[in-house]
Amino acid sequence: MNIHEHQAKELLKPFGVPVPKGRVANTAAEAAAIAREMGGTVVVKAQIHAGGRGKAGGVKVVKSPEEAEKAAAAMLGKTLVTHQTGPQGREVKRLLIEEGLPIARELYLGMVLDRATGRVTVIASTEGGVEIEEVARRAPEKILKEVIDPAVGLLPFQCRRLAYALGLSKQAGPFTALLQALARAFAEKDCSLAEINPLVVTQDGRLLALDAKINIDNNALFRRPEIEALRDLNEEDPKEYDASKLGLSYISLDGNIGCMVNGAGLAMATMDIIKLCGGEPANFLDVGGGATKERVTEAFKILLSDKRVKGVLVNIFGGIMRCDVIAQGVVDAARELAVTVPLVVRLQGTNVEQGRKILADSGLAITPADTIGDAAEKIVKAVNKR
Amino acid sequence: MSILVDKNTKVLTQGITGATGQFHTRACKEYGTKMVAGVTPGKGGTDFEGIPIFDTVAQAVAETGANTSVIYVPPPFTADAMMEAADAGIDLIISITEGVPVMDMVRVKRYLEGRPSRLLGPNCPGVITPGECKIGIMPGHIFKPGRIGVVSRSGTLTYEAVDQLTRIGLGQSTCVGIGGDPVHGIGFIDVLKLFNDDPATEAVVMIGEIGGSDEEEAAAWVKAHMKKPVTAFIVGQTAPPGKRMGHAGAIISGGKGTAQEKVAALKAAGIRTTPSPALIGQTMKEALQR
Repeated sequence: MNIHEHQAKELLKPFGVPVPKGRVANTAAEAAAIAREMGGTVVVKAQIHAGGRGKAGGVKVVKSPEEAEKAAAAMLGKTLVTHQTGPQGREVKRLLIEEGLPIARELYLGMVLDRATGRVTVIASTEGGVEIEEVARRAPEKILKEVIDPAVGLLPFQCRRLAYALGLSKQAGPFTALLQALARAFAEKDCSLAEINPLVVTQDGRLLALDAKINIDNNALFRRPEIEALRDLNEEDPKEYDASKLGLSYISLDGNIGCMVNGAGLAMATMDIIKLCGGEPANFLDVGGGATKERVTEAFKILLSDKRVKGVLVNIFGGIMRCDVIAQGVVDAARELAVTVPLVVRLQGTNVEQGRKILADSGLAITPADTIGDAAEKIVKAVNKR
Repeated sequence: MSILVDKNTKVLTQGITGATGQFHTRACKEYGTKMVAGVTPGKGGTDFEGIPIFDTVAQAVAETGANTSVIYVPPPFTADAMMEAADAGIDLIISITEGVPVMDMVRVKRYLEGRPSRLLGPNCPGVITPGECKIGIMPGHIFKPGRIGVVSRSGTLTYEAVDQLTRIGLGQSTCVGIGGDPVHGIGFIDVLKLFNDDPATEAVVMIGEIGGSDEEEAAAWVKAHMKKPVTAFIVGQTAPPGKRMGHAGAIISGGKGTAQEKVAALKAAGIRTTPSPALIGQTMKEALQR
């Protein structure tokens, strides 16, 4: 799960990560009032769940409350398109108004889970303010790493080693404190990514997190209700969110063939084979290893709420589940929802013959299929014919 | 022969009194697996359909000689269950549960360092040596004893692949689901090593997916060490970047972990791949005919 910059900063502050003074504004008038209260130069920052805001006009440095109001009015309600939002962009609904700081240096600091080692790794670089992937490509020698041993946590000597390598010999103490605070926050809040880009050194030698990006491990939300409360539904696809509440895993794509599959791997395989057969999948949808009649019905509702869907492919490798039960679920759901688009159903598992009979006897226009390849060919043909 | 499990494997179920634990313990027992014990704290001294239940894994091991454990407990308790099994000296710990917090797995991996236990999973279907021992949630009837090893990050896609193999007459030596989480127990290379050394395995089907670089590393290992044919399928050619495709580990991030990169690495290592999930069995058949 992603959270906003201002939420990430509020999360990190109590751990001891220094952040600029700032407050959230929802209107231009609020932005002006906050700017007036702070005095001097302030920065108006659009709050959306995507990086690259600066280049897209989502960050403005202003010198007066009037300018802050003007900048805020221009940003609020505007759709920002950055390289991370996709072409549809994201609408700006709230702003962070922060004190302007005299910046001497910009550094990069990040923590990620390294899958290869199964450990959290600190990544730091003197190249702050740009994307770390770009630095890794252009100048890999400028990427510094420290691996955290979960038994002892991030050790002070590791922080000092980074501090000296980053040219922060004067700030080695505060840098160590900041980095250890970030590591504690990472572990205690179940982060999967924490990024401070840039970490700035001010002209008077202070270290501050000028930006903050945090992703939280979805699997850990059950024990982090305070994080779940930060969820911003404006930033999420409503269909994906509804599906997640029902325990279904759904992701919207651009095509017109709806897919309903059990298991994530088979769901991706179904998307891939639709494409190989010349079609375009409309979604990824995993109804879970144990698909029930209720889940099948809910899944159909979500699929059919996408008006671009011109055909549906159901691919269930039941295995242990009984195909007759699933077939009945498909038939009931198709009837209840009056499905009018072509429907191809591939069932595999126990009682497959009874399952096929239920589909055939239903009187509904359901095309049965034997194999995953057969199913994909049939649905692509049916959709392309229309 | 086979790898990891065979007809002599003695299995205990952690979380045997839950609905999932009961259902699959029964199914594995019916398959012929030696289900010797169950563990549920507070239920020690009772039994599940004749299988004795203990309060702790250590007691279950001492009383029954169980050497393998399968864990069906809910995500908040899974890490603790894994470490309890390791502490009790279990050889192979199999975790089926989906949704275990990643930071829990980071701690578990650290705990397992220097201990002899192997961990399989979490978020995996388990392991099966057809005709001898099935541990996990896979449907036993689609498997057939034979000489093809299967290793996969996915559950139902493994069933799809195995079903294709069985239909064209290629039985399996052992099928191993390594799981779809970013931090997990044994990986492709560990399993490939075991298959390489197993006289009963003639060739290996590897099923990977987007995210991480396990497949690339496995490809390099195959090129350097593998003496047997390996074929592969990578799922997620059409997956958009930045989206978690069901499995916690199936995500393309920062432009890394795409199916295209993985396929290129596999091909460079001389591994026969197919772009079609319908041709996984056929691809192996062709590899064996060469």
